[in-house]
Amino acid sequence: METIKILSKSIREFRHASIMAPILVSGEVVMECIIPFITARFINEIKAGCGLSVIFSYGGILIVMAMISLIFGMGAGNYCATASTGFARNLRRDLFYKVQEFSFENIDHFDTASLVTRMTTDITNVQMAYMMLVRTAFRCPLMLIFSFTMAFVMGGKMAWIFIFVIPILASGLIYVMRRTLPLFRAVFKKYDRLNESIQENIAGMRVVKSFVREEYEKEKFDTAAENLGRDFTTAEKILAINGPLMQFCLYIVMVFVLGFGSYVVISSRGMDLDVGQLSSLLTYSFQILMSLMMLSMIFVMVTLSIESARRIAEVLETESSLKNPSIPIEDVMDGSIDFEHVSFKYHKDAERNVLSDIDLHIKPGETIGILGGTGSSKSSLIQLIPRLYDATEGTVRVGGVDVRDYDLAALRDQVSVVLQKNVLFSGTIKENLRWGNANATDEEIEKACVLARADEFIQQFPDKYDTYIEQGGSNVSGGQKQRLCIARALLKKPKILILDDSTSAVDTKTDALIRKGFREYIPETTKIIIAQRVASVQDADRIILLEKGRIAAIGTHQDLMDGNEAYREVFYSQHKYGGEENA
Amino acid sequence: MPDERNKPAEGEIQDGQRDGGRMFSSSRGKRGERGGGKSLLRLLRLLFSFYPRLLPFTLCCIFINACVSAMPAMFQQRVIAVIESSWKNGDWGGASKLIFRYVGILVILYIISIIAGFTYSRMMAVITQGSLMKLRERLFNGMQDLPIRFFDTHSHGDIMSYYTNDIDTLRQMIAMSLPQTLVSAISVTTVFCIMLYYSLWMTLVVVGGVLIMTRVVKSVGGGSSKYFMKQQREVAKTEGFVQEMMNGLKVVKVFNHEEKAGEDFDRINNELFRVSERANKYSNTLMPILGNIGNILYVIVAVVGGLLLALRVPNVSISGMALGISITVPFLNMTKQFAGQIGQVSNQINAVVMGLAGAGRIFSLMDEEPEKDEGYVTLVHCEEHDGKIVEVDRKTNSWAWKRKLEDGTVEFRPLRGHVEMEDVDFSYDGKKTVLKDIKVYAKPGQKVAFVGATGAGKTTITNLINRFYDIQKGRISYDGIDIKKIRKSDLRHSLGIILQETVLFSGTVMDNIRYGRLDATDQECIDAAKLAGADDFIMRLPKAYQTQIRGNGSNLSQGQRQLLSIARAAVANPPVMIMDEATSSIDTRTESIVQKGMDALMAGRTVFVIAHRLSTVQNSDVIMVLDHGRIIERGSHDELIAAKGNYYQLYTGAFELE
Repeated sequence: METIKILSKSIREFRHASIMAPILVSGEVVMECIIPFITARFINEIKAGCGLSVIFSYGGILIVMAMISLIFGMGAGNYCATASTGFARNLRRDLFYKVQEFSFENIDHFDTASLVTRMTTDITNVQMAYMMLVRTAFRCPLMLIFSFTMAFVMGGKMAWIFIFVIPILASGLIYVMRRTLPLFRAVFKKYDRLNESIQENIAGMRVVKSFVREEYEKEKFDTAAENLGRDFTTAEKILAINGPLMQFCLYIVMVFVLGFGSYVVISSRGMDLDVGQLSSLLTYSFQILMSLMMLSMIFVMVTLSIESARRIAEVLETESSLKNPSIPIEDVMDGSIDFEHVSFKYHKDAERNVLSDIDLHIKPGETIGILGGTGSSKSSLIQLIPRLYDATEGTVRVGGVDVRDYDLAALRDQVSVVLQKNVLFSGTIKENLRWGNANATDEEIEKACVLARADEFIQQFPDKYDTYIEQGGSNVSGGQKQRLCIARALLKKPKILILDDSTSAVDTKTDALIRKGFREYIPETTKIIIAQRVASVQDADRIILLEKGRIAAIGTHQDLMDGNEAYREVFYSQHKYGGEENA
Repeated sequence: MPDERNKPAEGEIQDGQRDGGRMFSSSRGKRGERGGGKSLLRLLRLLFSFYPRLLPFTLCCIFINACVSAMPAMFQQRVIAVIESSWKNGDWGGASKLIFRYVGILVILYIISIIAGFTYSRMMAVITQGSLMKLRERLFNGMQDLPIRFFDTHSHGDIMSYYTNDIDTLRQMIAMSLPQTLVSAISVTTVFCIMLYYSLWMTLVVVGGVLIMTRVVKSVGGGSSKYFMKQQREVAKTEGFVQEMMNGLKVVKVFNHEEKAGEDFDRINNELFRVSERANKYSNTLMPILGNIGNILYVIVAVVGGLLLALRVPNVSISGMALGISITVPFLNMTKQFAGQIGQVSNQINAVVMGLAGAGRIFSLMDEEPEKDEGYVTLVHCEEHDGKIVEVDRKTNSWAWKRKLEDGTVEFRPLRGHVEMEDVDFSYDGKKTVLKDIKVYAKPGQKVAFVGATGAGKTTITNLINRFYDIQKGRISYDGIDIKKIRKSDLRHSLGIILQETVLFSGTVMDNIRYGRLDATDQECIDAAKLAGADDFIMRLPKAYQTQIRGNGSNLSQGQRQLLSIARAAVANPPVMIMDEATSSIDTRTESIVQKGMDALMAGRTVFVIAHRLSTVQNSDVIMVLDHGRIIERGSHDELIAAKGNYYQLYTGAFELE
């Protein structure tokens, strides 16, 4: 119920169409029910040997009614298409926008693949179910009521047969539903897993072939596919009872109406029931059973889509874990950073802190290097500065103000992070760089690229700054990608620039040149550099050595060489062959 | 700085590996849309071959069910005729005999129909799901035998969609459209014959009406299929965009780019809405249109019937009956049935069009040429007896190449791991040369390293040694045997490869290590993990070796995944190892810890190493510097440093490597 409430907020401008469709459908139903009624009388007239004029007038009425029904039907169809596809569009939009609002914590919670599925397959399922609902939710009950009434009006006592038949059909349908629904749910999950394993196989084809595991993979797959096929068959076999069950009930009614009906007609000399009524009774009984059948199908469809709806609603009702303050501060005064006894963990109920008691004060314009092994929480530390996550304890200040008091966008405009797992998007180099500043002039872009040492290779591309970057930046090398990402971050003209292991694929010489450029051209910007290589941070004003989320040592290169064994060890491990380590 | 202007061939190859997320590409859209008739025939043949007995039997049931369902109308009519003739005199006793006879026949027909219906719908469930399952298996099994080139030149999303989208389109087609079409065809024919039996003139009217209906189906239904196809493409586009944006979500946030991303999305989303609205409008209006044409047709038949009666036009019919009320009334009912069946068939049009397109694509994948293998030299376990090599069934630690000579004798050559490349040229597409004049001599136990920029051809060399691709010129030999003569599976068994992109499969950590050698015991797997330096972190996982790996090990770091893939290669224990950036994501400190294990792993083996971290390759026996597909320098670390050439420049950081 909650789910439906959340989703229905996305109907918006398609409320009109969603209401019109059932109304028109009702009109169509009325016509559909009256037409056989009129035709029955028409036939009686023909049988009675009426003249042409009667035939024409009946024909006229019927054609008009068919036209009306046609108009209703087409209208309903159109509105229904608009309502369901429109609803789907709004849902997709709402989901996409919602996800844009997500904090990093939210993003970590939902993985990428599941977000994509929610925005595609799940929405399609909901769209189908919605279409069914709009179209048939009114149609079936209306049809049922109308046909029932007509059956009683026409057939009188004869209609009591339905009291006998409907429970049979209903209990049969319910049985089928109750048996198949859980089966289908389970089987669709299995199906997803099978597809996952195909995906894995395709992605790992080189491994499969290198280890000559083709036969093994075939066997594995065949077992899984057969298992799935068996489950699907079981479920569908049960579902296959629906049709014959329906036929069975219809036939009972037929036999009864024909056998008993003819007795009533003949013995009462047409007083209790006449021939015309008898034929219409047959028509209506068909309609009643059909509607019941449709109802059960809708029920199955809707139930199967509930899971999808729930998954969509789960995203929609997620509130971003980071909120803008009510009176946000828009201006960042300077590039100073203060960590005051900051501790941090990714989940509230996580046992261990990722960062513990960090107390650190960075002056504007300072260059800070951060070193530490895998898992020493280097990235976690810097992610608190642009408020990608909130500190669990303690305060992080930028420009002397608690980051939680800033407007998020304003803060992030001034704190530029080059993420470790960085991404370029499909589009030209220029388009990618303008992410940093949408209004950047070509000169500004070039300047940033010169500073990031990206200009030199961009100039070698035939299309220069208009070179098209493939999805994920797969047509530039790792080092080039990193330099483009740095240029993109520089375009923001931030007060604080953070490079999270962003030059690991850049050669040492270029790396040094980039840092030299920083010193000369953006001296007032605070720079934080996370690196694996000592060489990348050696000339920083201060170097922080992180170990298991704590600051193990802090100082200049010389300080640490003198006073810290771990630092010395890293330094020598990277320089043991005398020359400079190249990574 | 190496020229990276052109998209490097190596990069091209990797593209294929990377964009597994992309669901469709433009290349597939059109394929399979033509030749629907051929696909249909082939699909039917395939279905019959899957179920040579069950399918004809089921079709019989459908046939019986359809015939029997068409007949009751006749008997109903008779009953009503009896009532009509006798209700006025109220003679139940006289009429009851006839009525009971007809009702009795009806009951029998009904019972047959239900049994046939019940049987066929259950059988159809078996056939549909069974066929889909078999199709999946055929596709998958066929795919395992395709050459690597196929996977390099098709995006993984495209290949995936054979399994997801295309097979799914077949479900409705097999389960509903095929039986429905059969049923309708049978009913339409029966009804048509009965109509002719009564009156030719009125039949003509009905045929005229049906012609109009088919026109409508063609235009509206055709429009609908056209837009549904378009919708498929728009869905693919949306999916591609969403995928890219979700992958880069954190970057979007860091750059406050949410609004812009939203705008871009709106554009794509609106286009999808426009197309799918059209598609659904078409398909939603088809039924009411057909239904009401049926109604109108009904009226026209009535009017024509009345006219014919009134004007006393002589009837033409098989039965030779004169036109009368007794003909007109059943005729009207048949008109309804006729129109109803046409409606039923046209309802399936979308399913059929899309199903056939899907079948076409599936067949195109099945028709892909499998990897060829003319090799006849095989790899066997052996033992030495008195200096002679003897093949044995059980596992031993020594291997030999076995070759059958023309005179029927068998020649054995011990496996040493001596790999040579002589004057090898290679190109992926036959146009752009990727490797030129490559000469590599790797003696048993030697460590040979390749260094060079992206696109220089390092990975390509490994692709050639294990024959993922075949060379155009030159010769590659393994222990003196041309590798083309070695059976591919045996060649690959003798090579252990640790790939640049680590791939793990869903399953436990243990399963993943055992992938290297399926009959390895737990202890052997653990030993291999220890050797690779992976044991340490595995023991810290929640369930150690029994920890489940999901989604290519997304819960492990890149470095940990690399350690696992090293362990996997270690358990296979091959005489020759190829390590393509095997330790690139392991930080230098961990690497020095792993180094010991790696050294142990490499001891006594011929090893090819590709790395951009020079510390990894320094202790190699030979280092080859590759540039633009040529070896420009070769020698040991010390020799190359002394030569002060390219390697020296790389080493001192004047070059950039990827």
